[in-house]
Amino acid sequence: MAFGPFLLLALMEGLVTAAILALAAAGLSLVFGVMRVVNVAHGEFYMLGAVLAWAVTTMFPGPPALAFLAAVIIAPLVVAALAAAADGLILKRLNYDPEATIVATIGLLYILQQAALSLYGPNANPVTAPFEWRIQLPWFGYSGYKLFVVAAAGLVLLALWQFMTRTKAGLVMRATQVDRSTAQAFGINVDRVYMGTFALGAGLAALAGVLIVPIQQAQYLMGHDPLLLSFIVVIIGGLGSLRGTLIAALIIGLSDGVISMFFTPTLAKILATLLVAMVLVFRPQGLFGAKA
Amino acid sequence: MALEVQGLTAGYGPVTVLRGVDFRAEPGQISCLMGRNGVGKSTFLKVLMGLLPVASGTFALDGTPLHGLPAHDIPKQGIAYVPQGRRLFGPLTVAENLAVGGLVRGNDSATLDHVLTLFPRLRERLTQTSGTLSGGEQQMLAIARALCLRPKVLLLDEPTEGLQPSMIALIQDAIRSLRSEGVAVVLVEQRVDAVLNLADRVAFMVAGRIEETMPVKGLAPETDVFRTYVGV
Repeated sequence: MAFGPFLLLALMEGLVTAAILALAAAGLSLVFGVMRVVNVAHGEFYMLGAVLAWAVTTMFPGPPALAFLAAVIIAPLVVAALAAAADGLILKRLNYDPEATIVATIGLLYILQQAALSLYGPNANPVTAPFEWRIQLPWFGYSGYKLFVVAAAGLVLLALWQFMTRTKAGLVMRATQVDRSTAQAFGINVDRVYMGTFALGAGLAALAGVLIVPIQQAQYLMGHDPLLLSFIVVIIGGLGSLRGTLIAALIIGLSDGVISMFFTPTLAKILATLLVAMVLVFRPQGLFGAKA
Repeated sequence: MALEVQGLTAGYGPVTVLRGVDFRAEPGQISCLMGRNGVGKSTFLKVLMGLLPVASGTFALDGTPLHGLPAHDIPKQGIAYVPQGRRLFGPLTVAENLAVGGLVRGNDSATLDHVLTLFPRLRERLTQTSGTLSGGEQQMLAIARALCLRPKVLLLDEPTEGLQPSMIALIQDAIRSLRSEGVAVVLVEQRVDAVLNLADRVAFMVAGRIEETMPVKGLAPETDVFRTYVGV
């Protein structure tokens, strides 16, 4: 195969990575932006989404497409409910103190991971894609499901954008993000906003986990890479900036696809980490973040 | 009926700032709090908004006790707050800031129209990001945002601080018009001329207590109380 088709394939693979990454990182960015909580357990919500997708599709008696649809709905809702409970039981009690919540979410990471190991086991399990359709290009065939993942992530991010900018709940979240104390002075129940934000952030990570699981198998340790890459994306894009998160996910995802195909995946991670270092040195607030 | 404060003691953690404050704000009156820096004027307003905990004492609006309510429930009782330094939601537009102000009572076009009649300049800036407004416009917005709550009591913390005279006049006109609508205005102010121009009563704070309260009528800039309590 010539260079051009190879590059196209690499870009398409990169786009899938970017789509999943954008979903997961948007959740992390939202939680940090509104709550000022660095959620180290974010990758575990992604893992739980994937594991629950396996559980739902395994138990669901219908055809794969319906089983997968059920997983897309149920898994993020369950994970969001779990996150809301974690917020009330852990983060709220720490008064959302930035340092204390980092330690607490590290603890939550291990609790969720070990719970998954105990209940789900150490094995990686596949989930059948909801459809087997392939797009046939002149040079190679490509999974229709992967293109669906890109489109679905794009739609969800667009809906998230509309939610944040056009709805009353989004307005309340943005006001709380700017100034918690003044938001309270205008009748905003900040504790409720925080609980909703943490649940929404976790739900987005879980949805990313559900979407990826027909491509990558569900496994209890699968949350590490998305956590690292989400942090890379959020730091480059600017903590709390949804637009920055999306653009940074595209940069990281596409470069990961291209570098992994032509060189090695390790080199892609090294370069992404170097990019983070450069951003931290020359523009610590990220490409689109506001200066502190 | 009015805002009634009795024996209010509060502060920041172990540091007590307010030491048994008694205060009353009547509808249709502008009550001013004066005192030197650090006597607890701004702290008093924050406690009334539930942003700082009450150690002891009570405060009530129209007989309904408010002390001990969570901060987000205080505005629902009809108290609005214009904090020192405006504290606008900078990245949000003017319209969005006003919408946050009206969340508690439900945003309606009549209230918004009334507020924009008081501050017509904001009408031209509705889609502008509030952080990019001039200082005077930001102060107008801070007051307008509070008015969207249709308050019975409006707490203003140094609303004319750092503004040019033409803006000060505009803001003072708006505050007078609120008084005529029956709003109880509580104004923290450092400038004697502003107090004499606006207020009906003035309370002087010293070390976390109200030391003396008197009507403004009959006071002049050179009156001794200002020298005694404010140092001017």
